[in-house]
Amino acid sequence: MTTASPADTAAHESVATPVSTSVTSGASDRWAWGLVAVGIIIPLLGYVVPDIVSDYRLFLMSTMMIYAIAVLGLNLLTGFNGQISLGHGAFYGVGAYTAAILMDKVGMPYWTLLPIVAVVCFVIGFLFGLPALRLEGIYLALATFALALAVPQMLKYRWLEDLTGGVQGIVLLKPEPPFGLPLSEDQWLYYYCLIVMVILYWAAANLLRGRSGRAMMAIRDHSMAASTMGIDVARYKTITFGISAAYTGVAGALSASAIAFVAPDSFGFFLSISLLIGLVVGGVASLAGSVIGGIFTVLVQNSSQSLSNFVKSDLGLPFDLSPYSVYGILLIVLMYVMPTGIAGGVAIAWRRLRR
Amino acid sequence: MSITRRGFVGSASVAAATLASGTAIAQKGKYDVGASDTEIKLGHTNPYSGPASAYGVIGKAIEAYWKMVNDKGGINGRKVTFISRDDGYSPPKTVEVVRQLVEQEKVLALFNTLGTPTNTAIHKYMNARKVPHLFLATGASKWGNPKEYPWTMGWQPDYHTEAVIYAKHMLEHVKDPKIAVLMQNDDYGKDYYEGLRDGLGKNVDKIVKHVTYEVTDPTVDSQVIQLKDSNANIFFNITTPKFAAQAIRKTAEIGWKPAHYLNNVSISVAAVMKPAGFENSQGIISAFYLKDSTDKQWDSSEDMKAWRAWMAKYNPGANPDDGGNIYAYAVAYTMHKTLEQCGNDLTRGNLMKQAASLKKLVVPMLLPNITVNTSATDFYPIQSVRLARFEGETWKLFGEVMSNEGA
Repeated sequence: MTTASPADTAAHESVATPVSTSVTSGASDRWAWGLVAVGIIIPLLGYVVPDIVSDYRLFLMSTMMIYAIAVLGLNLLTGFNGQISLGHGAFYGVGAYTAAILMDKVGMPYWTLLPIVAVVCFVIGFLFGLPALRLEGIYLALATFALALAVPQMLKYRWLEDLTGGVQGIVLLKPEPPFGLPLSEDQWLYYYCLIVMVILYWAAANLLRGRSGRAMMAIRDHSMAASTMGIDVARYKTITFGISAAYTGVAGALSASAIAFVAPDSFGFFLSISLLIGLVVGGVASLAGSVIGGIFTVLVQNSSQSLSNFVKSDLGLPFDLSPYSVYGILLIVLMYVMPTGIAGGVAIAWRRLRR
Repeated sequence: MSITRRGFVGSASVAAATLASGTAIAQKGKYDVGASDTEIKLGHTNPYSGPASAYGVIGKAIEAYWKMVNDKGGINGRKVTFISRDDGYSPPKTVEVVRQLVEQEKVLALFNTLGTPTNTAIHKYMNARKVPHLFLATGASKWGNPKEYPWTMGWQPDYHTEAVIYAKHMLEHVKDPKIAVLMQNDDYGKDYYEGLRDGLGKNVDKIVKHVTYEVTDPTVDSQVIQLKDSNANIFFNITTPKFAAQAIRKTAEIGWKPAHYLNNVSISVAAVMKPAGFENSQGIISAFYLKDSTDKQWDSSEDMKAWRAWMAKYNPGANPDDGGNIYAYAVAYTMHKTLEQCGNDLTRGNLMKQAASLKKLVVPMLLPNITVNTSATDFYPIQSVRLARFEGETWKLFGEVMSNEGA
C-alpha cells in the first residue's frame, strides 16, 4: 500500500465527500455551458465599461485560463489517477518551447501548433511515464522533481542553442485576430484561450465520465483491486501520464503565444510548485477545482503583492510583510478552512445550507 | 466561470480606487498619463524573490532615494510615486506586472527594470505602447538601439563598451599580444566577446584561443588548461563570480602568468578575489565606473558624504558595503535630473527627448571625470570606465578614464 502521501489522503477524502459530481451530473452541465456563455460575453462588455474590462484584465483572465488548463492536466494525473508530479512545469516548458521553435524556425502559424504540441508532449509524458511506473508516491514525486530541475538547464544546453536560443530565449509575435475580426490582440487571445479551454475541459469531462475515467480512478483508489478486476494498470498509468503532459504542454504553448517570449528562466521549479498549489487549493479530483486553481494561482499571487504593499504603505505597520508571507498565510488559512480545496469546501458548504 | 467573474469584480474594485484620480482644472504643464501638477508616477520591476533576489537591494534603495526627493519637495514641485513590483526574475511574470503598471497603474515611464531576460520580454511591448523604458539595470548592449527601439535606454557601461576598452589597453600595453578568451556561453559572454573583436579591429587575429563554458558546468579547470596550452600572454576572463574565482585559482596553480583581464561582473573582493586567494589575484586588471564605499580615498569627497548621510537617514537597514546601494543612488539621480530637465512638459515624448539629451551630466558616486552623455543617436548613457589593478587586498585605480563615446 502506498497511501502515505498527502495527495492519496486528499483523494480518499474526496471519495468520502464526492466533489467530482460535476463530472457526471447533467444539471451541472447546463451550469458549465451557462458559464461559458458568460465567458464569451465578458470581453464585449469592454465596449460598455472600458475602464473595468480593460485589455490588461482580459490578459490576466487569459493567463488564468492558461493556468487552469495546466492545472487540469496535473489534476488528471494526480487527482484522478493518484500519481504525484512535482515536475509539471517541465512539460509546460516543453510545450512552450515546442510552440516557440515551430513558430520561430519553421514559421508555422500559431493556431496550427496546438495539436503538434499536444502530440509531442504526449509522447514525452508517455515515455517518462514508463520508468515512472516503477515509482510510487514520494519516489515518483522525486523523479518528476528532477525533471523540473533538469528542463531549464537542458534548454540552455549548447547543442540545442541554435534551436532554443540559449538563455536569450526566443522572441515571438503576438497572435493576431483572424479573418480581420474587429478585436484587439488581448480580446482575441482571450477568446483563443477560452475556445481551447472549453474543448479541453469537454474532452476531459468525457474521458472521466467513461470507462477509462472509471479505470483511472479505480487505480487511484486501490490499484491492486483494479488490476484484479482486469484493468491494465501499467497501460492506464502511462497513458494518463501522457495525456496529463499533453494538457500541460498545450497550456505552455498558449502561454508562449500570450507572453510572446520564451526563456529558460520562465520555467523554473517554482512554476511546478505553483501548479501543484493551484491543484490542491482548487480541489483535487475536481474539474471545477482546476479552473478555481488556475484563477487562484494568478489572482492570489497578484493580490498578495498588493496586500503586502497595502500593509506597508497604507497601514504604516512597522514591519515588512513580504508578498510571499501573505501568500503563505493565505495558503495555511485556506487549507485549514477548506481541506478539500475551494471546490470541495464550496460543495460541502452548499450541502450544509440546503439541509 | 462565475468565479472568474467574481474574482474579476474583486480585482476591479481594488483598482477602482487608483482610477479615481480626477483631472486637474487649470494645469501648469503638458502631461501624459502618469504625470500631473502634483505627481509623477514611475513603475519598476525587481526580483525581490527567487534566484536573483540579491538584487532586491537595488529596488529598496531606489525607493529610499525617491523618499528623500519627496521630503525635499519633489521634482519641480511634483512628488514621485514609485511603484515597485516583484517579478521573481521570471519573464512571464515581468510581462504581467509591467502590463499592470502601464495599463492599470498608468505610470508615466518604467525606470531601471532589472534583468536581461525580463527586459527582453517587455522590450517590444514598451516600444509598441510608446512608454519610456529608461535606464535598465542590465549591461546587455541591445538596449541602445534608438532606430528600432526609440523608447528603451540602458544606463551602465554595456559589456560591449567595456570589452572594447580592454582591447585598446591590451594593444597598447602588451607586446606581441596573443589573446586567450574564456567565455560563459550566453548572451552576456557573447556581448563581451563581440566587443573584444570590435575593439581589436584589424588585429582580431591576435585572439589565438577561444573556449566557452556553460553555467551548468561544475568547473572551468579543463578550459583554463586548454588556454594555457595556446601559449597566449593575455587572458581575457569573461566569467561570473564563481567561475572567475575558479579560473584565477587554476591559472596560478598551473603556473600560467598572462596579463589577466577580468570583466566588471566579477570584481567583488568578497565573492571572487578572496576565494581565489589574494596571492593568486595580484595584478589582475578590471574596469570600474562607480566609487567603492570601501575605498578610503573617497571618504572626504562630497558625494560620498552625501551618500553616507542618505544611507543613514533613508536606508538604515542596508549594508553599506553592498555595491547595489551605490548603483541605485547613482541611477536614481540620473532619472531625477532627467525628470527635472523635462520642466513642465511631462509627456512621454519629451521624457525620451530629455533622456536623449544629457550632456556631461555629473552623477554622484560615478568616478571623477566619468559623466553621463546621450544624444538622439547615442542611447548608451555611460561609456567610460577606469581601469584598476588588484594589489594587496583591494583594487587600485590607475591611468586615465577610458571611453568609447559615440560608438
